Amino acid sequence: MAATAIERLHRRSLGIRRALGPIAEARGMARGMLWTGAGITLVFVLLAIFAPVLSPYGFDQYQAGGRRFAQLAHPGHGHILGTTVQSTDVLSRIVWGTQTELEVVGLALAFGLVIGVPLGLIAGYFGGLFDRAAVLFMDAMFAFPPLLLAIVIAFLLGSSVSSGVLVAALAITITYVPQYFRVVRNHVISVREEPYVEAARALGAKPFTILRKYVFFNVVQNVPVIATLNAADAVLTLTALGFLGYGVQPTQGAEWGYDVSRAVSDAASGIWWTGLFPGLAIVLLVTGLTLVGEGLNETINPVLRKRSIRRVDFAAPSLEPSTEILEP
Amino acid sequence: MSAVLEVRNLRLWYGTARGSVRAVDGVSLEIAAGSVLGLVGESGCGKSTLGRGILGLLPEGARADGEVLYKGRNLVTMAPRELRRLRGPDLGLIFQEPMTRLNPLLRIEDHFRETLEQHESKLTDDAIRRRSLDTLGRMGIPPTRFRQYPHEFSGGMRQRIMIALALVLRPSLLVADEPTTSLDVIVEAQILRILADLKANFDTALLLITHNLGIVAEACDRVAVMYAGQIAEEGPARDVFAEPKHPYTRELLRSTISLETTELHSIPGAPPNLITPPTGCRFHPRCPDVMRVCPARDPIETRPEPDRRVLCWLYGPDGDIPPGGTEPAERERIALAEEA
Amino acid sequence: MNQTGPSLKRYAITRLALVVPMVFILLTLVFLLMRVAPGNPVSAALGGHAPPAVIKAISHQLGYDKPVYVQYAHYLGQIIRGNFGTTISDRRSVGSIILVNGAATLELTFFALIVAIVVGVLVGLVSGRFRDSPIDAGGRLFGIVVYATPVFFLGMLAQLVFGIWLNWLPTSDQASPITEALLQTHTNIFFIDAIIDGNWTALKDIVEHLILPATTLGIVYGGVFIRLIRINVIRTLKEDYIEAARARGINERSVVYRHAFRNALVPVITVVGLSIALLLGGAILTETTFNWPGIGHELYVYLQNRDYAAVQGIVVVFALVVVAASIVIDFATAFIDPRVRY
Repeated sequence: MAATAIERLHRRSLGIRRALGPIAEARGMARGMLWTGAGITLVFVLLAIFAPVLSPYGFDQYQAGGRRFAQLAHPGHGHILGTTVQSTDVLSRIVWGTQTELEVVGLALAFGLVIGVPLGLIAGYFGGLFDRAAVLFMDAMFAFPPLLLAIVIAFLLGSSVSSGVLVAALAITITYVPQYFRVVRNHVISVREEPYVEAARALGAKPFTILRKYVFFNVVQNVPVIATLNAADAVLTLTALGFLGYGVQPTQGAEWGYDVSRAVSDAASGIWWTGLFPGLAIVLLVTGLTLVGEGLNETINPVLRKRSIRRVDFAAPSLEPSTEILEP
Repeated sequence: MSAVLEVRNLRLWYGTARGSVRAVDGVSLEIAAGSVLGLVGESGCGKSTLGRGILGLLPEGARADGEVLYKGRNLVTMAPRELRRLRGPDLGLIFQEPMTRLNPLLRIEDHFRETLEQHESKLTDDAIRRRSLDTLGRMGIPPTRFRQYPHEFSGGMRQRIMIALALVLRPSLLVADEPTTSLDVIVEAQILRILADLKANFDTALLLITHNLGIVAEACDRVAVMYAGQIAEEGPARDVFAEPKHPYTRELLRSTISLETTELHSIPGAPPNLITPPTGCRFHPRCPDVMRVCPARDPIETRPEPDRRVLCWLYGPDGDIPPGGTEPAERERIALAEEA
Repeated sequence: MNQTGPSLKRYAITRLALVVPMVFILLTLVFLLMRVAPGNPVSAALGGHAPPAVIKAISHQLGYDKPVYVQYAHYLGQIIRGNFGTTISDRRSVGSIILVNGAATLELTFFALIVAIVVGVLVGLVSGRFRDSPIDAGGRLFGIVVYATPVFFLGMLAQLVFGIWLNWLPTSDQASPITEALLQTHTNIFFIDAIIDGNWTALKDIVEHLILPATTLGIVYGGVFIRLIRINVIRTLKEDYIEAARARGINERSVVYRHAFRNALVPVITVVGLSIALLLGGAILTETTFNWPGIGHELYVYLQNRDYAAVQGIVVVFALVVVAASIVIDFATAFIDPRVRY
């Protein structure tokens, strides 16, 4: 019993090593992108986790010690990044906003994967009527501009679901399910005909066993790239929803897109700090996630991968023939 | 007959993560004007690299050393721009797989026009057309198809177009890298006839790279047998086939299928890894005639007959073989030692 | 062998036949989406303060009191006849919104697309050509940062810098009120109307209003093109016919321009088609940021008013535009690339 558990553990660690292999092998620009992106993303994750400690004030706090903060105070003393027209602290809103962004994006990714991947696996592996119907449906979803779909879903759910985070996450999920579905399905179709899957089928393995053991792990290798790139995209969608006033409501949490929307009217009177800082936060987080995705893509995708090359040196020590075979 | 191309001690190495691949390692060759030299060997012995290396077409990270003398000028040290001007009008190259070698968005006409304009800028539109159609005609492509796109042609026709595209500039040397491998037998025969007639029609020398010994026997004046980046044996095709000197050539000839073949023969073992090739003679781990000297010392090229060279200790020079060196060695033992 | 004519026609017919079920599913999706939403659309659109009798009367007038399947049949029938419905809040026909505000959106997205293609093609080609050089690193970083920048944020910065601080360009609306009042309507596209009338003062005013929104939207969507074109160039430079061209002694410039760039740009046409959906999504944000009176801006307003009928009509129009764009793009590709038709 113990032996099989260890064996399984060993096999799993092999799988992880195989998946992480390209990351360790990444070279040149891909390596730089991967690590820079991971660094930026990590900073935001830490910011979100430690928001209660790091943030000077609450996200909607406009007074401290019975004194109301100044409205639209310049960045500097007391408020490093200034205050908004509602006297809230810009820095605090950015730090708390990190929490909102990551929560929504995490939820949306999880929903998208949980719905899209199994659907794609089943449609791709079993084919048939279900596959055709699903493909037609997903293709139709592609005809909607993703942002439009997210807006309409958020608009429709807004009146019945009270949690803004959940509304935003669901709205974003719906725009990404077709993508996961399409990628996974197409990959499954190509894997399905591979000799090792044929062999498993010939040996009488049950369809779900084959799906779980052979197809799933093969297909799932593509998912990290899509997931990180989609996470970047999801942040943009979420902030766009916030900008238009959907999703997370101002009373429920800080959201960067909403802050920028408020700042557009500030900009008309030359006030820059209320919009610049939350905007930069969006740019930085999306850039970080995109760098991770692109870096991964470049190290995993053989077409884009650049092999490392050791320079040719003709003067390298030549092959010294051994003379020992001549000695009697 | 003077040599149109002379290769002297050429080395072409690729850089990889695990070290340098010695794809071509000290090769010397001569090709006389208007003659056909066959270059044979197993896959991965460096023959394609040699063919491309002559034209200076090597992938990133590869380096060349030695001399490739074309009409007395060394191509290895030549400026890239000058070498580029020689490609086409002096040195032509045709490839193994014709399907992907034509730009799918350009008409056949555009390919010819571009090539001729590049190298003979004084030609008029009319002259370009005439020259192209004439060359295509000799390859059996009718003028009506001049304005069609590559996807409208079959593989054999595309290969004939590729040959015409190389010959329209009347190069002195044409390198043909397995030009018939991806084609069916009938088309293969057509292409071979075209290539064999090159001398008569264009006075072009041909370096024909192939792993098909039948083609060499049929079409070549001379043959060079390549093994692990080196020329094992070279000489007139008829003589080499009639009386092979190098054990590798002998084994290679035995492993081909002919009408008299009763059982298939194959050379034991696999072609060596070219990053760390076997010491001494590179063929020694697979050689049926291996002697004690073979793994110990690099063989020295000898001329057992006036017009032939061979790289094998069986032919001496005796003065360089240490005492006891000609004793037979056990193949298995050496193979094991090789693995360790 | 030369069957360009008939095969192109056959291709067109097959492609069009595939569109019918797709559009049907699209329309059904929109209908379901808008009807499963809880609440009475009429009372929502009237602000929830209207007396029940009024709501009932209007509901009856608009057919909201009929069974769902009757409403569905009516909805499909109307759309087939080209009637996309009437808004509840201000009783405009969606058709007129498309004509008037659609023209503004078309003007914005057209120029934005040009900016996006110019930026994307230039940076993408150079990045791919000089792969892994500092130029490439710069180009890629530009592409990623630009993609990571929300349209509305870049728009706000543009307003701040070029509108407020430098005071070079107007920051909102499609034209000055005076231009709008004096300009004759021919096509509803201000840019074209001004040219038809030869009204150069108006044209100058219109172009000035166009620069910031179109450039903002264009630059952000240029990021999408940079990435794809760069990868295409890298892929194309590895093609066999590139090596064959080099073997014929074609100079590097021709190899890169004639063979690599041209071939790398063919798939870009498809990307332009796919990006229409993204561009329209971006237009909603750009129009809201710059107060540009396009369809996206109208959608935003009707969403605020909770006008279900208007939202439904506009969503249908957007989806149909995307489908139409994809058909046009497929035809264009078939026309340019001789291989697609086979």
